[in-house]
Amino acid sequence: MIEIQNLTKRFGALTAVDDVSFNVGRGEVLGFLGPNGAGKSTTMKMVTGFLDPTSGTARVCGHDVTENPIAAQTKIGYLPEGAPLYGDMTPLGLLKFVAEARGIPASKRMEAIDRVVSRVHIEEVLRRRIDTLSKGFKRRVGLAQAIVHDPEVLILDEPTDGLDPNQKHDVRALIREMSHDKVIVLSTHILEEVAAVCSRAIIIAQGQLRFDGTPLELQAMDEAHGAVTLTLDGLQSAEEALSKIAGVARVEALEAPDGHSRYRIYPLESAAILGGLSTLAHERGWEVDHLSVESGRLDEVFRTVTAAGSRS
Amino acid sequence: MSKTFTVFKREIAGYFATPVAYVFIVVFLLFTGITTFNIGSFYERGQADLMSFFFFHPWLYLFLIPAISMRLWSEERSSGTIELLMTLPISTTQAVFGKFLAAWCFAGIALALTFPIWITVNVLGDPDNGVILASYFGSLLMAGSYLAIGSLISSLTRNQVIAFVLSALGCAVLVAAGSDWVLNLVRSVFPEWVAENVASFSVQAHFDQITKGIIDLRDIVYFGTLLVGCLIANAITLNASKAD
Repeated sequence: MIEIQNLTKRFGALTAVDDVSFNVGRGEVLGFLGPNGAGKSTTMKMVTGFLDPTSGTARVCGHDVTENPIAAQTKIGYLPEGAPLYGDMTPLGLLKFVAEARGIPASKRMEAIDRVVSRVHIEEVLRRRIDTLSKGFKRRVGLAQAIVHDPEVLILDEPTDGLDPNQKHDVRALIREMSHDKVIVLSTHILEEVAAVCSRAIIIAQGQLRFDGTPLELQAMDEAHGAVTLTLDGLQSAEEALSKIAGVARVEALEAPDGHSRYRIYPLESAAILGGLSTLAHERGWEVDHLSVESGRLDEVFRTVTAAGSRS
Repeated sequence: MSKTFTVFKREIAGYFATPVAYVFIVVFLLFTGITTFNIGSFYERGQADLMSFFFFHPWLYLFLIPAISMRLWSEERSSGTIELLMTLPISTTQAVFGKFLAAWCFAGIALALTFPIWITVNVLGDPDNGVILASYFGSLLMAGSYLAIGSLISSLTRNQVIAFVLSALGCAVLVAAGSDWVLNLVRSVFPEWVAENVASFSVQAHFDQITKGIIDLRDIVYFGTLLVGCLIANAITLNASKAD
């Protein structure tokens, strides 16, 4: 549905997007990750036809965005960064305008508007000036205008930025709800969001594609993925014994509260170490206070992936 | 075409959503009144025509029309809504014409609200209403040309004040090209035919013709070319720089 090939955008000497290629298919929710200024928004602007690429192509539902922008834009719903809206209009006026511009026939327009209004819960502010609305409501109006024509492709640039936790939860629920029959691309720099709603994650940094895979694969890239953190009662020197368990790569002693010892045990390549660990604890008669398996810290991976110099 | 109308409707509703439209209309009527009666000596002339009303329009529009056109694209740029507008399935040309037509229509409403002066002159005497109608038509055409220039300049900056000043300046150059002061200056340096060419670029000369009741194709073509040319340039510059 979205095919991006060798997409490049230069602003003078700055290469904002550098030879990026990927495809996204129906049913996928693609999380677009990267530090600020990495080229996320620029890529989205090229896909939606707002910016012309310096080279490379973006196709949406088979339509080349540069050659046939109107056909591509008809298929897309887009929430630009910061959700810019006409402040002197009411949400109702804005939705009517967008619905008409999107080519929804007059007879079906109110029905379509009613549907999105109840979906994003903006009934109470429908007739107030957009200028006077809170940030949360503005964002929801922005979302409503993006989905009013039930688009096949939905592109959301930082849809939850600046929202409170409840609002974030609502927006994520809405995205999940819509995901089954659409292509959704959302950019974010909030990592939990990717784990929460995305079926796939792409990381770009300095305009280049650095990672493309599932959020689980992303987590698995963390060294601590599958590591076991063990807290024991009493002061023990268990490091030696722990490192002798089959499949253990190394053991790290962590800081622990008074009267406790805490270790992180890193396994060799996805080896199961919990069995050996519990046998050992039983033999030595350790009082296990707390035990947890690390699922991988996304922020660690994010830092590693984005900080790496250009791949070349 | 229908998309042009969609943009037109949103824009025209936008004018009346804020008090700005009403303030503009009041200021417009105030200034046309002052120039007609105080400066133009409408009564003292003792003639049943609207010459003293239309005479000042090229100069009045210098600051009244840029006040309408300055926000056309600058505001879209500064608020970021240009990204919303330009990613809708609407072509740049449709957006440019839709916005322009709404602004022109609004200027037309302000101009139409000067009708009491037309009634006055008909009550006081027996004017040539054909000439008055032609003059209104010419005035509207000139307003459209100024608006097209203003729209083009507004698309080049995100700052409304800059858009206003440059548009006023651009229109002033077009008006002043016909003034004796400029023409004498040109004559002192260049041969007569250069001065004639400079004069033919002037809004003033073409507008004066129409206000005499002479609707010449050359004058229509002049305003039409200016208007459409600026709007096409507007669409081209926007396409090239909409995201800047």
